[in-house]
Amino acid sequence: MGLAAIKDSSNIQLTDNGQLRHFLSIEGLPKALLTEILDTADSFISMEQQSVKKVPLLRGKTVVNLFFESSTRTRTTFELAAKRLSADVLNLNISTSATSKGETLLDTLKNLEAMASDMFVVRHSQSGAAHFIAEKVTPNIAIINAGDGRHAHPTQAMLDTLTVRRHKGDFKQLSVAIVGDILHSRVARSLIQAFTTLGVPDLRLIAPNTLLPVNVDALGLRVFNRMADGLKDVDVVIMLRLQYERMQTALLPSQHEFYQLYGLTRDKLKYAKPDAIVMHPGPINRGVEISSDVADGKQSVILDQVSNGIAVRMAVMSMTMGGQMTQQSDSLKRLGDEP
Amino acid sequence: MCEESPVALEEVNALQEIIFKKLTAYLQIKAIDNPIVIGIHTGGVWLAKKLHAQLSQKGIVSEPLGTLDISFYRDDFTRVGLNPKVKPSDFPVPTEGRHVVLVDDVLMSGRTIRAAMNVLFEYGRPASITLVTLLDLNAAELPIKADITGQQLNLERNQRVKLTGPENLKLTIKTITTQAS
Repeated sequence: MGLAAIKDSSNIQLTDNGQLRHFLSIEGLPKALLTEILDTADSFISMEQQSVKKVPLLRGKTVVNLFFESSTRTRTTFELAAKRLSADVLNLNISTSATSKGETLLDTLKNLEAMASDMFVVRHSQSGAAHFIAEKVTPNIAIINAGDGRHAHPTQAMLDTLTVRRHKGDFKQLSVAIVGDILHSRVARSLIQAFTTLGVPDLRLIAPNTLLPVNVDALGLRVFNRMADGLKDVDVVIMLRLQYERMQTALLPSQHEFYQLYGLTRDKLKYAKPDAIVMHPGPINRGVEISSDVADGKQSVILDQVSNGIAVRMAVMSMTMGGQMTQQSDSLKRLGDEP
Repeated sequence: MCEESPVALEEVNALQEIIFKKLTAYLQIKAIDNPIVIGIHTGGVWLAKKLHAQLSQKGIVSEPLGTLDISFYRDDFTRVGLNPKVKPSDFPVPTEGRHVVLVDDVLMSGRTIRAAMNVLFEYGRPASITLVTLLDLNAAELPIKADITGQQLNLERNQRVKLTGPENLKLTIKTITTQAS
């Protein structure tokens, strides 16, 4: 299914009274809701300092990690987030399961539904997969998109915006640069939507033209081909990984050349503000997008992103579960009203 | 829509004095030594601060004040979802084996106290819990009672009472005129 086939997700993600019931993409979500996700995540972060890091919000609920694309880091943080909410977690590594024996996606889902699952966390190589699943699965199961093709990675965007907010405060005055393989990056797409909705006034993309989306001008952002220009006085630098697995043609002369022109080194970082923060969704390729001394340096907040990721996923999981349950009890009440 | 209506309600200062006196007598009778004072966010924390200061001055408590948030332990998660404005619970001293004085502003259905006790038990087994509230509305839906209370108050079904603060603590009774009760 192509990107064009993905419908506006706003209706399907929200309950009748605007609560989150699926988390599929940033697109279509109002600023107030994104802010609520950040605030909720903040409260889970403060919980981290306590000796008992578990709360009973999802007790008795079954969360299934449905990863059709490999990922250790994202799957582990979702698992940890679910367990901190007291949920039971199933990890399905689809490449070794029945799908490789030819079972269709829908049959896999129906089987899982039959096992009384309450939430699916889905990562898939096809853009639109999470939406597809949300439309096809029984209505009371919450679907969380852990990354679908090139389309979206909304939890990553939220943990990145949370990291920015925790270090820089308000979004209203910020200058943010996203650097690297923007064309193939679902993280970039979700980040652009998130920063735009949250009101970042100066959002910049820095990349060679071969790694920029075709319709980049339509996004209304400032686009740069040179780091020296694009990084000038920014508050936040977000480096992206080269997505080789999604490249279908030769888009770069060499990794070495990419690093010379677009790698974030200490010298290039000097163009940014002295207190600028350096971010990367991971996994980092030292010497390709970023030098080791910057990745490990004092401006890097890459490890904060990882711990913020658990809190953001706890927030999204508890909010969608709450939305699903509120919707169910509302429909039961309506049924009760009928004669 | 809420309207304020005048009711015979004691001033917060007066209620706090009543509570302090009753509590010191109670602790003595029960031979409770050096309890840990814990306030429930948000109104309970405001009240607990003064109570803790008074008790510290008299040498009745020596440990710092603890605070507790019940947002993750509420029983209405399925009905109203999650409240994003959660404050962290903070227990400077372990509660294992210690006597606890739990402070809240208003005892109504008792569900806040039920949730607070669940939080407390996650962190250890207290020797005892003494519940102190400014007001008792005689509206408990669970078998939970305040050990010490400043004033008993019977409200109409469409009335609620609210403590405002953190400075100049004030109790106000409001009448709710919406459908939801």
